Amino acid sequence: MTLDGSPPRRVGEVVEANSASFTAQCYTLYDAPPLGCIVRAGSPEIYGVVCRVATEPLDSSRPVLARGETAETEEEVFRDNPQLTRLLTSRFEALIAGHREGDADRHYLPALPPPVHSFVYTCSPQEVARFTSRLDLLRLLLNSGLTIADEVLGACLRRAAVAHDDSEAFLLRAGKALAAELAGDLPRLNSILKKVSP
Amino acid sequence: MTGGPNQNGDTPNPAADADLDSQGAALGLVVDGSLSQGVEVRLDPATSVEEVKVGAFVTIRGDNNNFFGVVTDVSLGTTDPRLKHTPPQVDNPFIAQVMSGTVAYGTISVLPNLIMPAVMGDSHEGPSAAKTIPPHFSRAYVASQRDVEAVFGQEDQRHFWIGSPLDMEHKLCIDLDEMVKRSIGVFGKSGTGKTFLTRLLLIGILQQGQASSLIFDMHSEYGWGAADPENRRFAKGLKQLFPAQVSTFTLDEESSKRRQSPSDEVVRIGYGEIEPEDVEMLRETLNLSEVAASAAFNLQQKFGQREWMSKFMALEGRDSIFELANDIQVQPNALGSLYNRLSRLKRFDFLVESTRHDAANRVIEHLDQGRHVVLEFGKYGRDLTAYMLVSNLLTRRIHNKYIDRKEEAEGGQGREPRPLVIVIEEAHKFLSPSVASHTIFGTIARELRKYNVTLMVIDQRPSGIDSEVMSQVGTRLTCLLDNERDIEAVLEGTPGSRQLRTVLARLEPKQQALIFGHALPMPVVIHTREYGSTDSYEQLSRSAAGWTAPSPGETIETQGERLEREISELFPEDG
Repeated sequence: MTLDGSPPRRVGEVVEANSASFTAQCYTLYDAPPLGCIVRAGSPEIYGVVCRVATEPLDSSRPVLARGETAETEEEVFRDNPQLTRLLTSRFEALIAGHREGDADRHYLPALPPPVHSFVYTCSPQEVARFTSRLDLLRLLLNSGLTIADEVLGACLRRAAVAHDDSEAFLLRAGKALAAELAGDLPRLNSILKKVSP
Repeated sequence: MTGGPNQNGDTPNPAADADLDSQGAALGLVVDGSLSQGVEVRLDPATSVEEVKVGAFVTIRGDNNNFFGVVTDVSLGTTDPRLKHTPPQVDNPFIAQVMSGTVAYGTISVLPNLIMPAVMGDSHEGPSAAKTIPPHFSRAYVASQRDVEAVFGQEDQRHFWIGSPLDMEHKLCIDLDEMVKRSIGVFGKSGTGKTFLTRLLLIGILQQGQASSLIFDMHSEYGWGAADPENRRFAKGLKQLFPAQVSTFTLDEESSKRRQSPSDEVVRIGYGEIEPEDVEMLRETLNLSEVAASAAFNLQQKFGQREWMSKFMALEGRDSIFELANDIQVQPNALGSLYNRLSRLKRFDFLVESTRHDAANRVIEHLDQGRHVVLEFGKYGRDLTAYMLVSNLLTRRIHNKYIDRKEEAEGGQGREPRPLVIVIEEAHKFLSPSVASHTIFGTIARELRKYNVTLMVIDQRPSGIDSEVMSQVGTRLTCLLDNERDIEAVLEGTPGSRQLRTVLARLEPKQQALIFGHALPMPVVIHTREYGSTDSYEQLSRSAAGWTAPSPGETIETQGERLEREISELFPEDG
């Protein structure tokens, strides 16, 4: 994604939003930002961490059927059923981690979630580094109640580390912050640390 | 949520460190504690527990006060008790690095003893005893040289450099004026440096010039010095360093000659000077029953103070003793055993039937001239009976003279006697609970400085010293002790003794001592100043801070007189 240096990219549009998270639909099938990626939506920007990526039928009342029984390759399935790309869509959900207020990043929830149809962009490395200079989002992710919260957190830290000049120092700082949060739950701390260990 | 680097504890708050130059390295935050138990400081992740040692000084910045304390314990803590059952993967350096200082951290216990003056460098306002503790999250720092100086003073006429605090180069000084006001105790196992420490203290007293010392030098090591087997050299004594101010007396002229130690006087003691109280004190060493010892009082009644011993010793044959027993109504066997045991004293060459030479008076004459007297025992130092007899006898007579003089001075008929520090070794023999109540040393220890005489007791078994006497010992210097009862005895009645116990038991066996009491604002572990090298002699001989000791014979002011003179200089009378 953009962490390899490419400019921020528009990846989709908000289709559903609440105070804690928003869901966006991608313009292109299978073009969702990866798990743990930091995205922004709206103006002023609202930042979120991608916590769920899904590809599903556009019409939830028409479940997807398996169609490739006679096909040789997976590409053949799409070639034989060109309508498929139109019936499926990729969506992703992002946990809101903070927002921009004037020139400053605010590491708490905005008063209102991004409006529906706000464009969603990936962030530039500079933006990621700036936003993760404080690590309040750790607590947000830990307490999100998601079953895969630790995975999202691990992924987010790994990705954010790349954006920092000294990624090892960032990971160590994040690890220490995480240790402060999980002071009473060593096994959980241990398992997350193993995921982010450089 | 306001988390950030500060909350995570990995960078100290820069505002709090605005004047870091006057502070030592940051240690951590106060997280718990009480005035009685001391405060607990959680170490910053950057500080390893290995860097902090018991006995080290710490300053804690409270909201309104700066506290000065000493580390009494170092411990490891964890936020999750499961840590010890399932240790994290510390072979992964990242995980080990994250865990240390966060989930697994070090803590130190600090006893805040003092509150530092609000304005540093203000000599009029010294540190005061801490009656409260710093609040939560006060930052703790390693004490800087400046802090230590503010607390313990700088080397001058009043403050004597005794050593340096652990892991610091700073000269730590004790307040000699305060020290000589009350009795002093030097304790420690054999071979832990009691003698060296005592030599230093004596040199301090000598340089300060406010008091004289009388040293009952059991092993002849203070006067002319003795071999220092540890360093394979000869440690000089007081006489060698300060020939003009020190007089040596000897009981054993031969030994002094052999050691080429010039002695100013040879001490002879007449039978007439021995009193029944001396016999009472020697009961244990002479293995006398109570009845036999008290028979001496009957003899004294019969023959008189000056004569009883010589007349009793002149008796010959069992019959004459029994006859005397009947005469003075004492059990004959008891008197017989008293006779036998006292006959043992005849082997002491320094005991003579009569002498014109009054040892106690000679000692006092020397002391009056502002000299310090070392009484070398030579071969008699190996005999506890001789040591106890002579020291008890001389001390009693000197003490009596001091009482007379003090009373005369109070009546306006003379000068106050010059304060005297009497140094005794194997003190538990003189001050054990069974004899302390009736020996002169017990009396001196209890009556404090009423008569300008105080004790310096040197002992390796402080538990043998009567607790009443021990409670009157103002300044205690203790080298390593490992017997539980000895440690308890030394620390008895000291605030924070529970914490000091840990410190005391961890002392190095050499050149380290724990000092506490009146001469210091707070307990401190020191690395004793060097004694024995050429440099050290030069430093010691050079009087502190350009001050020179009064030469013998010169009139010596007592503290009271100095005060009066200063007042009259300040406010000269009109006309």
